Amino acid sequence: MSKHFVQTKTQAELAEIFAQDLVTGVGRPLKHESGDKHVTGEAVYIDDRLEFPNQLHVYALLSERAHANITRIDTAPCYDIPGVEIVITAQDVPGDLDIGPVFSGDPLLADGKVEYVGQPVLAVAADSLDTARKAAKAAIVEYEDLEAILDVEEALEKEHFVLDSHQHKRGDAGAALNAAPHRLQGKLHIGGQEHFYLETQISSVMPTEDGGMLVFTSSQNPTEVQKLVASVLGVPMHRVTIDMRRMGGGFGGKETQAAGPACLCAVVARLTGKPTKMRLPRVDDMMMTGKRHPFFARYDVGFDDDGRLQGINLDLAGNCGYSPDLSGSIVDRAMFHSDNAYFLNNAVVTGYRCKTNLASNTAYRGFGGPQGMVVIEEIMDAIARSLGKDPLDVRKANYYGQEERNETHYFQTVEHNILDEITAELEASADYAKRREAIKAFNRNSPVLKKGLALTPVKFGISFTATHLNQAGALVHVYNDGSIHLNHGGTEMGQGLNTKVAQVVAEVFQVDIGRVQITATNTDKVPNTSPTAASSGADLNGKAAQNAAQTIKDRLITFAAGHYRVTPEEVIFKNNHVRIRDQYLAFEELIELAYFNQISLSCAGFYRTPKIYYDRDKAAGRPFYYFAYGAACCEAIVDTLTGEYKMLHTDILHDVGDSLNPAVDIGQIEGGFVQGMGWLTTEELVWNDQGRLMTNGPASYKIPAVADMPLEFNTKLVESRKNPEDTVYHSKAVGEPPFMLGIAAWCAIKDAVASLGDYRIQPRIDAPATPERVLMGVQQILEQRAKVEGTVPELEPVK
Amino acid sequence: MIQFLLNQTLRTEHTLDPNMTVLNYLREHCRKTGTKEGCASGDCGACTVVVGELIGDDIRYRTLNSCLTFVSALHGKQLITVEDLKHNDQLHPVQAAMADCHGSQCGFCTPGFVMSLFALDKNHPAAYDKAATQEALAGNLCRCTGYRPILAAAEQVADQHRSDHFDAAKSSTIEQLRAIAPTETAELTSGDKRCLIPLTVTELAGVYEAHPDARLLAGGTDLALEVTQFHRELPTTIYVGNVRELQTVETYEDRIELGAGAPLTDCYDALATEFPDFGELLHRFASLQIRNQGTLGGNIGNASPIGDSPPLLIALGARIVLRKGDRQRTLPLEDFFLDYKKTEQQPGEFIEKVIVPRLGDWQFRAYKISKRLDDDISAVCAALSIRLDDETQTVTDVRFAFGGMAAIPKRAKTCEQAMVGQPWNEATIDLACVALANDFTPLTDFRANRDYRLTTAQNLLRKAFLELQSSTIETRVTAYV
Repeated sequence: MSKHFVQTKTQAELAEIFAQDLVTGVGRPLKHESGDKHVTGEAVYIDDRLEFPNQLHVYALLSERAHANITRIDTAPCYDIPGVEIVITAQDVPGDLDIGPVFSGDPLLADGKVEYVGQPVLAVAADSLDTARKAAKAAIVEYEDLEAILDVEEALEKEHFVLDSHQHKRGDAGAALNAAPHRLQGKLHIGGQEHFYLETQISSVMPTEDGGMLVFTSSQNPTEVQKLVASVLGVPMHRVTIDMRRMGGGFGGKETQAAGPACLCAVVARLTGKPTKMRLPRVDDMMMTGKRHPFFARYDVGFDDDGRLQGINLDLAGNCGYSPDLSGSIVDRAMFHSDNAYFLNNAVVTGYRCKTNLASNTAYRGFGGPQGMVVIEEIMDAIARSLGKDPLDVRKANYYGQEERNETHYFQTVEHNILDEITAELEASADYAKRREAIKAFNRNSPVLKKGLALTPVKFGISFTATHLNQAGALVHVYNDGSIHLNHGGTEMGQGLNTKVAQVVAEVFQVDIGRVQITATNTDKVPNTSPTAASSGADLNGKAAQNAAQTIKDRLITFAAGHYRVTPEEVIFKNNHVRIRDQYLAFEELIELAYFNQISLSCAGFYRTPKIYYDRDKAAGRPFYYFAYGAACCEAIVDTLTGEYKMLHTDILHDVGDSLNPAVDIGQIEGGFVQGMGWLTTEELVWNDQGRLMTNGPASYKIPAVADMPLEFNTKLVESRKNPEDTVYHSKAVGEPPFMLGIAAWCAIKDAVASLGDYRIQPRIDAPATPERVLMGVQQILEQRAKVEGTVPELEPVK
Repeated sequence: MIQFLLNQTLRTEHTLDPNMTVLNYLREHCRKTGTKEGCASGDCGACTVVVGELIGDDIRYRTLNSCLTFVSALHGKQLITVEDLKHNDQLHPVQAAMADCHGSQCGFCTPGFVMSLFALDKNHPAAYDKAATQEALAGNLCRCTGYRPILAAAEQVADQHRSDHFDAAKSSTIEQLRAIAPTETAELTSGDKRCLIPLTVTELAGVYEAHPDARLLAGGTDLALEVTQFHRELPTTIYVGNVRELQTVETYEDRIELGAGAPLTDCYDALATEFPDFGELLHRFASLQIRNQGTLGGNIGNASPIGDSPPLLIALGARIVLRKGDRQRTLPLEDFFLDYKKTEQQPGEFIEKVIVPRLGDWQFRAYKISKRLDDDISAVCAALSIRLDDETQTVTDVRFAFGGMAAIPKRAKTCEQAMVGQPWNEATIDLACVALANDFTPLTDFRANRDYRLTTAQNLLRKAFLELQSSTIETRVTAYV
């Protein structure tokens, strides 16, 4: 070391700085670590990386058929296009062809047959994407069509499943249903959702010596990409390194589906020895990759005069597409969340994993949970309409209790439930009762436009239900100039994970966050990472980083105590400084001293979530470490002549425990709400009768735009509420839970339509509630009213 | 050869592929990767750039989708990208506001938002205007934030409204733009592809007559999709965006004349003033980036069954002037559309002008029905022009035209007949709605099914009736802003 640290401040000046609080640690609303780079275009995404002169570009030819045997592939015409390097089919994959993440069933390239329109059949690598595309289209592929199943109800009927069914069972639902004073049955279709991450799937690879591969990929799941790249190449994982700095959005769509492009690139790079990149054009991305699972639900519920559930029989059929992918856990989570906030009492919940000839549906923010919750919220509304009650009263009557009525249908006790408080506070701040009356008055005097109001809760279980995934690693180096290098197993997709984890490290060391360098997720540095999913990023990786930093800090304390002959308690880190009994040192001064005294300044950290387990055979356990809570109150206005609508007002109160970063958390909540609202309103996936996705670009698939945001939009965090569990600084996960606040928007639209039937008829408005479905709901109520001429009809009564 | 300013630097390009988009030019040719590709179809705004154009003694800054803009459109202009905003290592106020207000999460859409906000700031130096901001951002999709913090950033920018280095350099930029102002027909050639860039209508007419197989390129917001989405080549194009005479918008005592090459943005004031509902529709017509490029002539010429301006123009009794060489002919717009994507336009003939009669004693209502309120293609678009007898309140004249209901934008003639001469009352409307079902057999597609289209079409007549009867009944959710 050429230069030593030189302290220019006096001890008194240092004492003054030491007395102040750190301003960039946990709990501070710091901006996103890449914010300044995002706004200038300096943030580097994979497609922005400099290309090598011999860079290859890959284009995959996609299946035109939903289900067919491939009778012939002729790739010779592809090679007539100048610039083509190689054309690969299933036979050219040196290792394992299957890239299924948990279960097999996902061939990298079609192996003799295709099972959906959009399945990659062959891939061309050429000197440009245009050339590769042209060449791919020149290939001759002949098919022999097989019967395709495109409809989830048909698949359910035929028991055409990708995986076995599973059941949660508590009490005697059949007896309770028979004994209940009131009973309702119904059906609901819930649409899927395209992730529409702004950056499409992309990977870029560089072959290394020893037959390995350096892979840059936009993936939430570096270790799985590492494993699958190794597997398709037939090499051990240690030959493959994954580097992932940032994604241009993920939302679950890059948990398993990023692996395909990475593996295709790796195979091409292995066969050609050249750097290779694959970036999916938007349309191909939407055709090729899976989406949120559409669900079909059937329910049979019995309830008392207050609307309290006595018994429920619920079938949840997930439309999984052609292969299992993550559908086992996703349908499980739909089942786990089919209670949302409510005590189901005597319940049978059955989950089906229906196989259809569509792209394999996959993880998407909420991971099946939202679909389960939509069903129970529909049931709450239906009960309210049949009893003539305000839906909020029925919801509150069904909330889990504190000491009783607090066991879920999978036998986890709901602890630390704050929904009563959240609901009461939101009801007051949103002025629910008064607005309910105002809306009724408005509706009486407004023949065309009708307003609706809904307040819906969210209770969301935090932890991977595949228990082993609840682990994380981190790597922290303190360099001898006092700067800190931070690496962890989580991935940054915009959610602010890197910002939060850096705040945690800054907090532990009591240094400014500027001292902490955030680095790309890299499988060389932290191995065996879990996907950044299930909202767990900060919970797991924050704890792992805290563990690493704390270990180094403990070493520093032990060292300083020995060096200065004080007790460890007399060594205190605060605001970039260290007080050792009554002497003040700059942080970097202590680091330099520790380095000269041969103290290890690097540490790998680890964390695993305690307390959780789930016995799938018994369908019982504690799959979730804790629950995150929230509620939204939405007001919508609906045009009963056209079905158009607009969100007028949304108030949100959401629980993030002790926030690691309130600005980031509010960003997740607002963004989650709007994304959830989009799912249930304008985002409609339409396939034609050949199984081709017709809404395959933003011209036809409509995610919320700026004017879809509620006109008034207020978001508040539940204040001073530590997570009672020992999470990182007692914060709570925030990625997925607020997504389901969007259900309030859907319920508000239905509430407006229900006003046409004096709130006694529940309109059948499947999700998404497009203007077309809303108008159908309007017509249904008007027809029903016309039929009964004034009498109030029961909702599909059961005898 | 084309010439333009890349920020302040003169670029002279002799052999660019005329089918190259500005986005690919930036990312692949110049290795400036701040501008992102999100969809390559003009629907997400991640590729938004700003183009400065000399208008008199001033520079007009407008956003456009670089993924839909061919490089020829840059000729004589200034191209500003997200990389150009930071100055002397300081974030531009727009950039600082976006970062400070937590307006970025994944950051991929952010450069596009920054450019839209930058143009907004240049064009609306007054106080924060939420409606103008939403209009400026309707073509920028963000999947992460839910938009609230981006609006907050816009508010911060408007409140501060600081001058920037573009203001400081303005006079020199104007000098530079003057120096490269085109003076003659330009041509950009690469291999067997060429783009001709005439300056006058006469030149255009001559060039097109000589090359009737060429594709006319105005805003290119539809034509470019043939290249970016359908991967076809356009061997010969004629870029009409530099023909100033085609861009005039003039209001006369009895009519409004709109040059076919006038971007929709430029048509807004004249049309919205005379026909408020036309203005409301134009607000929701695609996005600002598209309206800055797309032209009324293009919207008519591409003959989409759902192009939103034709049903309105047909209901208003608009005529178009077609020109081939030095021969002009005028015909009612409704006679222009023959069948799906088939029109009266002859080879070498182009739309020169659209003439819209002023309202007089007609009343006009127009509606656009789509899944999403902004930047969406209509499921149904309806426009009603009607004239009532003052004394008897019977219908003397009516034109009721639709988009999305047939292979072409079309009048509902049976429905019209059911109204003409009848009293303007509910009974007439009921009969007219029944008649409407005989006018159209709409399709079912991913935007809507046939029942919805027909029911909505009928309901829009009821709505127009209600609106014309009473001003107290609320009938439009779009009124809530």
